[in-house]
Amino acid sequence: MSIDLKSVTQLPNTTGHFGPYGGRFVSETLMSALDDLTELYDRLSKDPSFQEEYDRDLAHYVGRPSPLYFAERLTDHVGGAKIYLKREDLNHTGAHKVNNTIGQALLAKYTGKPNVIAETGAGQHGVATATVAARLGLKCTVFMGATDIERQKLNVYRMRLLGAEVVSVSSGTATLKDAMNEAMRHWVTNVDDTFYIIGTAAGPHPYPKLVRDFQAIIGRETKRQSVVQEGRLPDAVVACVGGGSNAIGMFYPFIEDTAVAMYGVEAGGKGLDGDDHAAPLCKGKPGVLHGNRTYLMEDENGQIMGTHSVSAGLDYPGVGPEHAYLKDIGRVNYVAATDDEALEAFHLLTKLEGIMPALESSHAVAFGMKQAAKMDKDQILVVNLSGRGDKDIHTVAGLAGIDI
Amino acid sequence: MNRVDQCFADLKSANKKALIPYITGGDPKPDATVDLMHGLVESGADLIELGVPFSDPMADGPTIQLACERALAHNTSLRDVLGMVKTFREKDMKTPVVLMGYLNPIEVMGYELFASQAVAAGVDGVLIVDMPPEESTEFSNVISGHDLKMIYLMAPTTPDARATTICEHGSGYLYYVSVKGVTGSAALDVDDVKANLDRIRSKTDLPLGVGFGIKDGATAAAVAKISDAVIVGSALVKCIENNPDDVSTARTQLMAILSEMRSAMDAVA
Repeated sequence: MSIDLKSVTQLPNTTGHFGPYGGRFVSETLMSALDDLTELYDRLSKDPSFQEEYDRDLAHYVGRPSPLYFAERLTDHVGGAKIYLKREDLNHTGAHKVNNTIGQALLAKYTGKPNVIAETGAGQHGVATATVAARLGLKCTVFMGATDIERQKLNVYRMRLLGAEVVSVSSGTATLKDAMNEAMRHWVTNVDDTFYIIGTAAGPHPYPKLVRDFQAIIGRETKRQSVVQEGRLPDAVVACVGGGSNAIGMFYPFIEDTAVAMYGVEAGGKGLDGDDHAAPLCKGKPGVLHGNRTYLMEDENGQIMGTHSVSAGLDYPGVGPEHAYLKDIGRVNYVAATDDEALEAFHLLTKLEGIMPALESSHAVAFGMKQAAKMDKDQILVVNLSGRGDKDIHTVAGLAGIDI
Repeated sequence: MNRVDQCFADLKSANKKALIPYITGGDPKPDATVDLMHGLVESGADLIELGVPFSDPMADGPTIQLACERALAHNTSLRDVLGMVKTFREKDMKTPVVLMGYLNPIEVMGYELFASQAVAAGVDGVLIVDMPPEESTEFSNVISGHDLKMIYLMAPTTPDARATTICEHGSGYLYYVSVKGVTGSAALDVDDVKANLDRIRSKTDLPLGVGFGIKDGATAAAVAKISDAVIVGSALVKCIENNPDDVSTARTQLMAILSEMRSAMDAVA
């Protein structure tokens, strides 16, 4: 690879760009809030007391480090590389999302703004935001597509129990992208007293950078644990990619380790041949949406297309700009797993290991098994198990024709 | 002279303020737009902002979101909107037309192709809501070779240093967003707007237009007193929303609102 990977890890540049991607494509009203946030984060990220507070919360509130678990029965079943699971599902609130909401809520605290807002698809980011808001005494409003509210009822009720207001968004396709539009509209109107906690590694600068930095704990721990448990780094790491926050958290610390192959797994939906998927890196084109330039699912006129995935958290037509860049330079391979493959992996992991993965994470498990099968038995493959599947049991039961 | 510059020069010598209506191209259906545009001019429009529908209008309130959805239900594309301007020009060579919308449809068409086709269709300027000056270097370079104005937004939250940058990049006129919010937001505060306009006026000779929160003759007149142009969108689009299957009624209502604004503005000029 001719590109200097050290310099890749120093992205984004000062204007928030990863090569041609990223940037700050928002209406003027938000520009100064984004400038202020960039400045605040630049300052606090160099402040040891901020880092200590973040680390302390991750240890005692989230329960980090999360284990790197050797899935022996799954490995035997596949018959290839040793499969390890990075257990982000064991975090407080049940997914990786809380790593970021802890960090951003600390930023919110420093700004003194009393209100936080969030967009959510599967509801995991909404729950994680409502959780930290409850703990810090902040008023929390979560925007969620009407379609997702229906398929993630459990998380909606969790958010309400935590004291958050859940706003149903019925415009457009009534999924994650529309929730993000509505959160932006709310933010523009209430920018003086409201901190927007974006859950994915997308959006206008500095969000992709700060979400990555807060999620990079996943990859850093994985490296350390792999060395302790196996005496070396893994040969491959796998993570699912919707907006891409858990994946960038896993990948970022490995960028310079070229011996480690990296795979980002998009939602293949009903297959990549048609339009019923959510795989902009595999099948989309670069464009501008939600404040950044990145790969998008769009039609020939530049309108954003409706997406399909069995998992609400991957049902998004864009992707974080750093993934777009890592694709172009060839450092990460972006692939897809279909709804059916993800469901099969969901059931298999549940039965073989007693671990019920989120449907999002099941995409990574599905591809991880395929890839492991092609590798040698002395090789190591890590799947980022980004969340637990309790929230999905209604969907899984529904697909099996069972009413619970 | 570009029609936008000519328009503001003429108004200045007549001691009048510009009335700038916005409608979304293709709303409620593509073949209604050109006739609505002529209706706007008949009721006193000096310049028209024509919206390019986008699937994810994140700076717009519910009224213009729905307008986009109605237009997109008929697959109205950027090419279609350019075609509408071309047809409009068959009868009106004088009224400037500024396209307003989001960047992605233009990205997909390609900057150079867009600029040349826009000029060929009779478009005079472009306002891209989600493209601040920081992200517009390449686009500005392309359109500097064409006779198109680059209209930028200014907001109550724009600090002085940014305001200076925006004034340097903008041409045609500047669009001051009167309230923190989306289109169709609550009423504006005239004193607050005036203070901000005074601040901007010390930096530029460009005409200053004010939009967001202008609903009727009274607000239009109040804004006309302190600015160079009154921009009205949601109040007009609402007439289409209320009569989606009856364009002729929508047109009558929309013209009545605009005429009232025109009279109120001219009375205070």
